[in-house]
Amino acid sequence: MSCPQSLGITLNHTRYRSFYARMCASGKYTSRGPALIPRMKTKHRIYYITLFSVVLLGLIATGMFQFWPHSIESTAEWSLDRRSVHDAPLVRLPVSSPIPERGDLSCRMHTCFDVYRCGYNPKNRIKVYIYPLQRFVDEVGVPISSTGLSREYNDLLSAISDSDFYTDDVTRACLFVPSIDVLNQNSLRIRETAQALAMLPRWDKGMNHLLFNMLPGGPPDYSTALDVPRDRALLAGGGFSTWTYRQGYDVSIPVYSPLSADVELPEKQPGPRRYFILSSQTAIHREYRAELERLKEENGEALLLLDKCSNLSQGAASARKRCYKGQVFDYPQILQESSFCVVLRGARLGQATLSDVLQAGCIPVILADSYILPFSEVLDWKRASVVIPEEKLPEMYTILKSIPHRQVEEMQRQTRWFWDAYFSSMKAIGMTALEIINDRIYPYAARTYEQWNNPPVVKWSSVNSPLFLPLIPPRSPGFTAVVLTYDRIESLFRVITEISKVPSLAKLLVVWNNQNKSPPEESLWPKIAVPLKVVRTKENKLSNRFFPYDEIETEAVLAIDDDIIMLTSDELQFGYEVWREFPDRLVGYPGRLHLWDHEMGKWKYESEWTNEVSMVLTGAAFYHKYFNYLYTYKMPGDIKNWVDAHMNCEDIAMNFLVANITGKAPIKVTPRKKFKCPECTAIDGLSLDQTHMVERSECINKFASVFGTMPLKVVEHRADPVLYKDDFPEKLKSFPNIGSL
Amino acid sequence: MQAKKRYFILLSAGACLVLLFYFGGAQLPASGRNRHDRSRHGYRSDQPWPHFSDPLHQFLPWDQPDTEEYNIHISPRQKRDVNTSVYKGKRCRMDSCFDFSRCKKNDFKVYVYPQQKGEKISESYQNILSTIEGSRFYTSDPGQACLFVLSLDTLDRDQLSPQYVHNLKTKVQNLPLWNNGRNHLIFNLYSGTWPDYTEDLGFDIGQAMLAKASISTENFRPNFDVSIPLFSKEHPRTGGERGFLKYNSIPPFRKYMLVFKGKRYLTGIGSDTRNALYHVHNQEDVVLLTTCKHGKDWQKHKDARLKRFDRLKGVEMLHNSTFCLVPRGRRLGSFRFLEALQAACVPVMLSNGWELPFSEIINWNTAAVIGDERLLLQIPSTVRSIHQDKILALRQQTQFLWEAYFSSLEKIVLTTLEIIQDRVLQQESRSSVMWNSHPGGLFALPQYSAYLGDFPFYYATLGIKPHSKFTAVIHAVTPLVSQSQPILKLLASVAKSQYCAQIIVLWNCDKPLPAKHRWPATTVPVIVIEGENKVMSSRFLPYETIITDAVLSLDEDTVLSTTEVDFAFTVWQSFPERLVGYPARSHFWDSNKERWGYTSKWTNDYSMVLTGAAIYHRYYHFLYTNFLPASLKGMVDQLANCEDILMNFLVSAVTKLPPIKVTQKKQYKETMMGQSSRASRWADPDHFAQRQTCMNKFASWFGGMPLVHSQMRLDPVLFKDQVSILRKKYRDIERL
Repeated sequence: MSCPQSLGITLNHTRYRSFYARMCASGKYTSRGPALIPRMKTKHRIYYITLFSVVLLGLIATGMFQFWPHSIESTAEWSLDRRSVHDAPLVRLPVSSPIPERGDLSCRMHTCFDVYRCGYNPKNRIKVYIYPLQRFVDEVGVPISSTGLSREYNDLLSAISDSDFYTDDVTRACLFVPSIDVLNQNSLRIRETAQALAMLPRWDKGMNHLLFNMLPGGPPDYSTALDVPRDRALLAGGGFSTWTYRQGYDVSIPVYSPLSADVELPEKQPGPRRYFILSSQTAIHREYRAELERLKEENGEALLLLDKCSNLSQGAASARKRCYKGQVFDYPQILQESSFCVVLRGARLGQATLSDVLQAGCIPVILADSYILPFSEVLDWKRASVVIPEEKLPEMYTILKSIPHRQVEEMQRQTRWFWDAYFSSMKAIGMTALEIINDRIYPYAARTYEQWNNPPVVKWSSVNSPLFLPLIPPRSPGFTAVVLTYDRIESLFRVITEISKVPSLAKLLVVWNNQNKSPPEESLWPKIAVPLKVVRTKENKLSNRFFPYDEIETEAVLAIDDDIIMLTSDELQFGYEVWREFPDRLVGYPGRLHLWDHEMGKWKYESEWTNEVSMVLTGAAFYHKYFNYLYTYKMPGDIKNWVDAHMNCEDIAMNFLVANITGKAPIKVTPRKKFKCPECTAIDGLSLDQTHMVERSECINKFASVFGTMPLKVVEHRADPVLYKDDFPEKLKSFPNIGSL
Repeated sequence: MQAKKRYFILLSAGACLVLLFYFGGAQLPASGRNRHDRSRHGYRSDQPWPHFSDPLHQFLPWDQPDTEEYNIHISPRQKRDVNTSVYKGKRCRMDSCFDFSRCKKNDFKVYVYPQQKGEKISESYQNILSTIEGSRFYTSDPGQACLFVLSLDTLDRDQLSPQYVHNLKTKVQNLPLWNNGRNHLIFNLYSGTWPDYTEDLGFDIGQAMLAKASISTENFRPNFDVSIPLFSKEHPRTGGERGFLKYNSIPPFRKYMLVFKGKRYLTGIGSDTRNALYHVHNQEDVVLLTTCKHGKDWQKHKDARLKRFDRLKGVEMLHNSTFCLVPRGRRLGSFRFLEALQAACVPVMLSNGWELPFSEIINWNTAAVIGDERLLLQIPSTVRSIHQDKILALRQQTQFLWEAYFSSLEKIVLTTLEIIQDRVLQQESRSSVMWNSHPGGLFALPQYSAYLGDFPFYYATLGIKPHSKFTAVIHAVTPLVSQSQPILKLLASVAKSQYCAQIIVLWNCDKPLPAKHRWPATTVPVIVIEGENKVMSSRFLPYETIITDAVLSLDEDTVLSTTEVDFAFTVWQSFPERLVGYPARSHFWDSNKERWGYTSKWTNDYSMVLTGAAIYHRYYHFLYTNFLPASLKGMVDQLANCEDILMNFLVSAVTKLPPIKVTQKKQYKETMMGQSSRASRWADPDHFAQRQTCMNKFASWFGGMPLVHSQMRLDPVLFKDQVSILRKKYRDIERL
C-alpha cells in the first residue's frame, strides 16, 4: 500500500514542476504580448485573443486535471484497497487432514529453528513473511474460529507488513507468520486450527513459524501456553509459566489491553500519589480478596480496593468504571492516583490490567507465582515492578513501604516508558517480539541493555564512557608526542630537543602541515634517542593534529604546538603520570573556563585567573588516542569543518567531545596558566587578545548548540606532585622542577 | 516579420497543446490500466498484508474476563500446591522444589556437611567447601541453614576418571538431612563419559539444585540450576590473576583476527565442528590449529597445512588475537573460555546449546560473540563486521567479568551463592546493572538499597549527581573536660562548612555522655550516638542517621579548617567512589622479609589516606560492616588500630584505583603528637609494627594487594600561585 502511494506523490511532484515551467514560459510571452497588440489588425487581434484563450483554457484545464482529478483518483484507489476479510478464499479442511504434534518442550533455537533460512545478512535483519488470509472451515463448513480475524491481529499483521522486517518473497523469508488468528484460544476449535496450521504451504513441522497468542488455555484448568498442537513453531505467548516457557525460544508477550487505544492518559510526573496501593481487578479470587480486605483494615486510607460496579450493565461502559462501596471511579484514570497497583493472577497468569497499570504510571505489584513477565528476556523488570510471591500477599504493605522513595519515582518513570515503548499498541508488541527474535539470530548486533531499558530522559543524561574499565596503564609504553608545525623550523627543533628529554617519550611525530614547502632534510633534524617520524598532510587543516595516525602506537598522545618550549621535562613527565591515573580524560596545563553571561544570555570564554577549570588547552595536553579517532570520525555536526574554516577552537572542540562522551572534567596539572611568553603580549597583543576572546566565546556557543547541551564540567582542583611546595628537600622530590606560571 | 511571429506563436501554442495532451492524457490511460491490473489480481499472495478495514471483532470480548474468571473452582492456594507436587525432577523450579520457609527472613545461610573420615575429596572440591566455610553465608547449625552443600565430592562424575567417587547414590541417600535433595546445592564439573557424555550425574539428585559446568539448555532448569564455568585444578582459590589487558590500544585490532588451538576429534560427539575448523583457517589472520596429538594414531591425520603455526604457543596466540574461537569439546564447555576471557581475547562461542556460565545474571552479548556451529563458515565475516567501538567495549567487558566473577574459585563459588540468595530474598536482589557493570555484583550488595542512585558507582549511568551535602562523623574517645579541647574546635570549623548537613558524634569513650549544653551551639544539627561496644569498627557502622551520600570521617583530635573541608568535598563530588583524604600513607613490597611494608614517611607517592580525616561514600560503611569477615573486623577491634588500612584495602579492592589526597595545612597529626591521650597511640612503637602485621593479614584475605599507588595530590587551582590572595577561593589552605 505504501508503495503506490509514495509513487503517486513523486509523480504528482514532477507533473507539478512541468506545469509550473510552462506557466512561466507563457507568462514571459504574455508580458510582451500587449506591446504587440496595438500594432496588429483587428481580425488578427480577434484571432490571437481566441488563440490565447484556447491556450489559457487548456492550461487551466491541465492544472485542474493535475490537481483535482488526481486526488479524486487516489481516494478512489484507496477505497478500492479497502478489502474485506470476506473476500479471502475459503479453504475446506478434510477431517482426516494431519494434525501437528504438540509443542516440543525441549525446542531451542539451535535444535528447532532453521538458521540457514536467515543467512548472513549485512543489515542483520531477519525477513518475515505473512501468509495471505484464508478462511478455514471444516467439512461441514463451520469456521475454525468463532471470531475469525480479530481487529488486534489485523493490526499486528499490518504493522509487520509495514515494517522493514517484511518480505513478500516467501523464498527469502526467515520467519513465517500465519494469518490464522490464535490470539484468544477460547474462540478457537483446537483440532481444526491445528489442521489448518499444518496445511500452510511452508509449514514443514512448524519450523521458523511464529504464532501470537495472548489468552492461552481454557476452563477449567487454564494451561499457561496455547493448547493448539503446533510442532516446532515458536510461540509468542502472554501468560507463560516457568514450566511452559522455553527459555531462549519462546517470547513472552503482554496481554494487550483494549483500553490502550481508547483511553489517553497524560504522563504524570513521578512523585507521591493519593493512595499507596490500589487494587482494580474485578475478578479476584475470594481468598485473595479477603486478604486484601484485611490489609485494607490494617492500613486504612492508604489502600483502595475497587471492584466492578454492580448496577452497571455489561459491556464496554462497565469496563471503564470501578466502584468502592457505592463510590464510582473512572477506570483506568483512577490508577494514576496510586503509587502501587496490584496485579494478581487470575485464572490466567497474564493480565491485561498490567498494561493499564503501566500506562497510568502506577508501579505494578505482581503476584503471580511462576509467571514469566512480558519480554523478560530483554526488559529489566526490577526497575519497573515489584514481584511478590503470592503467599507473601499479607506482607505486601511492609514490603512496599521499605522501598526507598527515590526508587519509587525511578520506577514510576520506568513503567510509563515500558508502556510507551513496548505495550502501547499491537504494533509495539509485535515489533518488540520480532526484535527479540532478531537479536537471537544476530546476537553480535543485538540491542544493548541500555537501549532496551533506559527511558529517553536517562539515555539523554547518562554517559557510558567508551573507556569504562578502571585501568592504570603501565608506564613502559610511554607516549607519542605529536607536533603540528607549519614552517617555524627553528622553534620546532627546540621543541623536539626539549621533549626528547622526557623519560617516557616513546616516539615523536611531526605533522608537517605546509604543502608548499618540504620538511628539512633528515640530516638537519636534531638527533634524539627516540624514533622521529614526519607526516606530510594534504591540506593545511587544524584537524590534522587530531588525526589517528597509524604511526601513533602508544595509547597516550601528547599533542604539542611547535612553539611550546617553556614546559620542563619534569612537568611533562608528571603530566604523563597523571594521565596514566586518568586515561579517559584530557590532561593539560593551562586551564580555561566557560561561564554563563547573564546579560547577554549566552556562554562566555574565560582565560582570567579563575578558581575553576572546565577546559585545558591542547597546545600541550595528554589524552587517549581513542579521542583522536572520535575527533576525526565521530565529531557531531559540522564542528570539524567549522574549526578548519576558522583555524581556531580545535582545543575547545576536543574538550567538548571528551567531556560529552565521558561526563568527566579534564585535569589541569601544575600551576601553569599561559603558554605564550610574557614579552610577546604588548599593546598590540591586547586588542588581538580581545578579538580572540570574542571568537572563542562564539565557538563555545556554537558547539553547545551543536551538542544540544553544555557537556563541560567545572572543577576547582588541579593536580600537583604529592610533595609540591612542601617543606622537603628538593632533591628527594620526584618532580622538583615543576615550572612556573 | 509579422508572419514569422504569427507562425511562431501558432507553433508554440500547438506545442503547448501537444504537451498538455501528452502529460495529461498519458496519465489517464496509464492510471486506468493500473487500476484495472489491481482489481483483476485482487488477491495476490505476494502482496503486502492488505490492512483489512471492515469492522472486526476484538480478540477479547468485554465481558469475557469476568465470566471466565468466575468459573474458577480451584483456589489459587490449591493450584500452587498442585504445581509443587507435579513439577519435580527435570521440571524443578524454585517454586516447586525449594523450601523458602527454611530461609528465615533476610537471612541466607549455608550449611556444609561435616566431612566423613575415609572420604577422599579432590583439592578443587576441598577449596569450594573451605570457601563456603570462610564466607559470611556459613552456618554450622543445620537448623539455621537455607542451603545445604554436600561434603561428598561430586565434581567429577566421569566414571573413567580417577577422581570418581563410587557408591555416591547410597551415600547420599543415607545423609540424615538429605530430604530428597530439597534445598541442596550440588557442584559438578564433569558428567558422563565417552562416547555420549550425558549430563547425568550417576545418582538421583532428587530436588537438589545443580551448579554445573557444561550444562545444556535442554537440561538447564531456568532460575533453579546455576551454570558455572569449567575451571582447572590449578585455578587459584582466592585473589587470582588479573586480566591481561593493560591498556586499550587504538585501533583495537591485534596481530590475528581469530585464533584457536586445541584438540581435534576425528569421531564422536563434538567432532563435527572441530573437524571443520580448518576450512576457516586462512594462514594469515585467521589461525585455527587443531592437533590430534592426543590420540593414538595422530601421525596418520597430521595436517600439513598447519605446520607453520605449530611453534606458536597457545597463550601467545590468545594474547595476540582480537577474537578467540571457543568451540565445544567433548562436553559443551571448554577451558578455552576462561583462558580467552582472561587474555582479553573476545570469545567467539561455537557451542550450540551451552547455557553460558552465570547466564542468569551476565549479559554475555556484551563480552562475547555468540556464534552458531551451523554457521561456522560465516564466522570470519561475522567477526570482521564487528565495529571497532564494539570490539573496544567487548574487550573491556571480558576483563571486568573475569576479575569480578571468574579469576578465583572463591569468586565462582560466591557468585553462585549470591545468585541463589538473590532468588531467595527476591525483594533484595541485584538488578542487571549491578551484575554487569563495575564493580560487579559481589561488591554491590542489594541489602543496602534497592535504588541504584544510593550507590557510589552508578551516577554516570543514571545521569545523576551525588547529594550536595555531607555528614561528619566524629569518633570521640576522650571525655569532655575543657572547652579548649580539639574536638570542640573541630566541631565548630566543620559546622561552618557550607556543605555540612549534620554532625554525628560517636561517643566511644568509657565515660558517660556529656550533658547536651556542653556541646557548642552550631547551625547544623549535632547528633550524639553512644557506641554500643566502644570498638574501633563501630565508627564504620552504617548508621541510619547518616542521610547524605558523603561521610566526612574524623578523629576527635583532627585539626581541619572550614576551607580544607569545603575543598575536599568539592573534590569528592568529582570522585564519589573513592576515598578523599588529607594525610596519606604508602605501602611497599619488602623483598628481604618477603612481605608487605607500611610507611608513614613523606614519599613521592601514596596508596592510602588516613580515615581520621577523609570523605567517602556512606555505602562503604555498609560494605565495611557487611562484606568484611568477622576475623578482620575482630582484629581491628582488638588492636584498636588498622581500621583505616582496612577501609583503604576495601575501597581499593572495589574501585581498583588509588585514593585521592588533597592538600592540607602542614600541621595535622605531625604537630599534634603527644598532646592528647589518643595521640600517644601514634607514638607507641608497637602501633607501627601492628600496622605492618595488619597489612599482611588483610592482603592474605583479599588474596592479593589491592592498594594502588598515586603520585599526585589535588590542590585548589590557584594554590600557592603568585597572584593576589584575594583572587583565591581557598586562601586559608595556604596560610600556616
